[in-house]
Amino acid sequence: MRPVKPKTPHIEEGSSWLPKCPTGIRGLDEITLGGLPRGRPTLVCGGAGCGKTLLGMEFLVRGANEFDEPGVCLSFEETAEELTANVASLGFDVAALIARKKLVIDHIFIDRSLIEEAGEYDLEALFIRLSLAVESIGAKRVLLDSVEALFAGLKNKAVLRSELHRLFHWLKEKGLTAIVTGESGQGTLTRHGLEEYISDCVIVLDNRITETVLTRRLRVVKYRGSTHGTNEYPFLIENDGISVLPVTSIELKYAASNERISTGIRALDSMFGGKGCFRASSILVSGTAGTGKTSLSAHFVDAACARGERCVFFSFEESPNQIIRNMLSIGIDLGRWVKKGLLRFQAARPTTFGLEMHLVKIHKIIKETDPSVVVVDPVTALLHSGSASETTSMLLRLIDYLKEKQITALLTTLTSGSDAQEQTTVEISSLADTWILLRDIESGGERNRGLYILKARGIAHSNQIREFLLTDHGAELREVYLGEAGLLTGSARVTQEAKDASSALWTGQETARKQLLHERKRKALEAQIAALQLDLETEQQESRQLIAQEERNLKKGEQDRSEMARSRSANAGDGKSAKARGGGK
Amino acid sequence: MSRTPGPKWMLKLYVAGQTPKSLLAVANLKRICEEHLAGQYQIEVIDLLKNPQLAAGDQILALPTVVRKLPEPVRTIIGDLSNTERVLVGLDLRTRPAKAVL
Repeated sequence: MRPVKPKTPHIEEGSSWLPKCPTGIRGLDEITLGGLPRGRPTLVCGGAGCGKTLLGMEFLVRGANEFDEPGVCLSFEETAEELTANVASLGFDVAALIARKKLVIDHIFIDRSLIEEAGEYDLEALFIRLSLAVESIGAKRVLLDSVEALFAGLKNKAVLRSELHRLFHWLKEKGLTAIVTGESGQGTLTRHGLEEYISDCVIVLDNRITETVLTRRLRVVKYRGSTHGTNEYPFLIENDGISVLPVTSIELKYAASNERISTGIRALDSMFGGKGCFRASSILVSGTAGTGKTSLSAHFVDAACARGERCVFFSFEESPNQIIRNMLSIGIDLGRWVKKGLLRFQAARPTTFGLEMHLVKIHKIIKETDPSVVVVDPVTALLHSGSASETTSMLLRLIDYLKEKQITALLTTLTSGSDAQEQTTVEISSLADTWILLRDIESGGERNRGLYILKARGIAHSNQIREFLLTDHGAELREVYLGEAGLLTGSARVTQEAKDASSALWTGQETARKQLLHERKRKALEAQIAALQLDLETEQQESRQLIAQEERNLKKGEQDRSEMARSRSANAGDGKSAKARGGGK
Repeated sequence: MSRTPGPKWMLKLYVAGQTPKSLLAVANLKRICEEHLAGQYQIEVIDLLKNPQLAAGDQILALPTVVRKLPEPVRTIIGDLSNTERVLVGLDLRTRPAKAVL
């Protein structure tokens, strides 16, 4: 047997370890925490057309294909050919399995009108046929579908009951893991009370139509010796088998990324502290009609594709071409990403199928494309496929799934005008990590878009309302004008801004004028200073000349005096020289 | 009728081993055939414990089972054949009980 990694290891660690047999059916092994009780019969009951036989056949086929456990189907209703054809639609090649001796289908047909009962009998031949089939391929799994047909074929109910009792014991003795199907009865799980004999594990299937949409559900009613998911789980029969979807994942254990990714609008990023939102978080964009939810989504997708990430855009209201065309009008070319294979549109009318089918489709596409960003626009459209509570639970599962896959999700929701703004119709706001609210702001005879961040888990974010403008080159955020009259947007804001600008201009001119005046004054003063300086210099020059003149005069006087003296002595006749000569000698 | 080779009545009796029920069924069938079809019947007793693969062919589920292969159409009687009336009805040797009472 191929080792099967248990999806919920903590259960296997329990003290009362019950061997389990994985069915391989998506989701069922998670609900039953590992599979059906190994070596015991499990009762699968439900009304007509609820998928009992398909579940049983998938159990056998997957057992043979994936777990190397051959299986035997004792069919009391359909022939081997019919069964083969029926499950071929699920992609199961039963004929090949039969050829490879991995599967045996024995059709047991009993027609009451052709049988006369004369005396006592038992169902030993049934045992003989079953054990022959089991031994021929070494079967580990058995499907009895539906053993209750015997009740219609045989009159002696007492014999039938005791023989069935013996059959289930025999299955246990042989260690065969079996699925026994039964039609649900009035007030009982099965019409003929098979639940009295098979009490190890009982699974009830159900299909209900609510507002013309069919939803299939599965519930594990009882599982002796094991814990199990107790809710009703929606399931789908698809072209590759059954998938059961646990309503809520068993644990909240997904990793939390610290990476931040841009929203595609720089101003919005800056409202998130400049870095945008967390990767793998769920972003909710809510708003009334025409507030720009899709445009915001387009920006987000555009930014992701520009980073080279794959995106899936689930549209429930517009066709891909329509979105691409409309987004071109605001300067976003999504078409190029589609061409590059980075963006995949998936558009469907919400009423096309039930909620579960939508969920499964989304799961499938996500599995196929492995995107890093997913947009659902708008989630509220899904309300057309189910009730509000169902939609909420479906979205809850979707968000859980996306988080587990580390996919960033942007979900838009439409709030109708009468609703409170801070309430989403589908009540998923508590699931969203980030909630961007778009709203209309009506004032001055016009309607403008406003944007604010209602919450952003783990991110410091702006508390401001911004005006959200859609221009031909994308969305823009403007600071709204908060004046005496309150919040101003649109034309009122523009007017106010113009007013502000003109007043600023006026102030500017005034300042310039004053500056000029100052300059002039300064220049005049400087000129005065220069003139004075000149005066001073002239004054100094004059005084210097005067002084020089004085000195010259003084010198001249002295010279004159000495010359006078000399001339006086000369007049006395060489008196001085004689005297000097005489006197000296 | 007498020109046809082989017996007109061909009966297969399916049993599982030599259980009291099997033995009783064999004895009952032989008695009834001797009484009503002397000389024109053939009984084949098939033990499914020995030949289990033969069970599917005649859609055998309950044991013992008598299958009337001939004359056509095929008729099936289950049980130890202790209710002779019902065996005769089952083999089309007697019409349905309402008339048989007369």
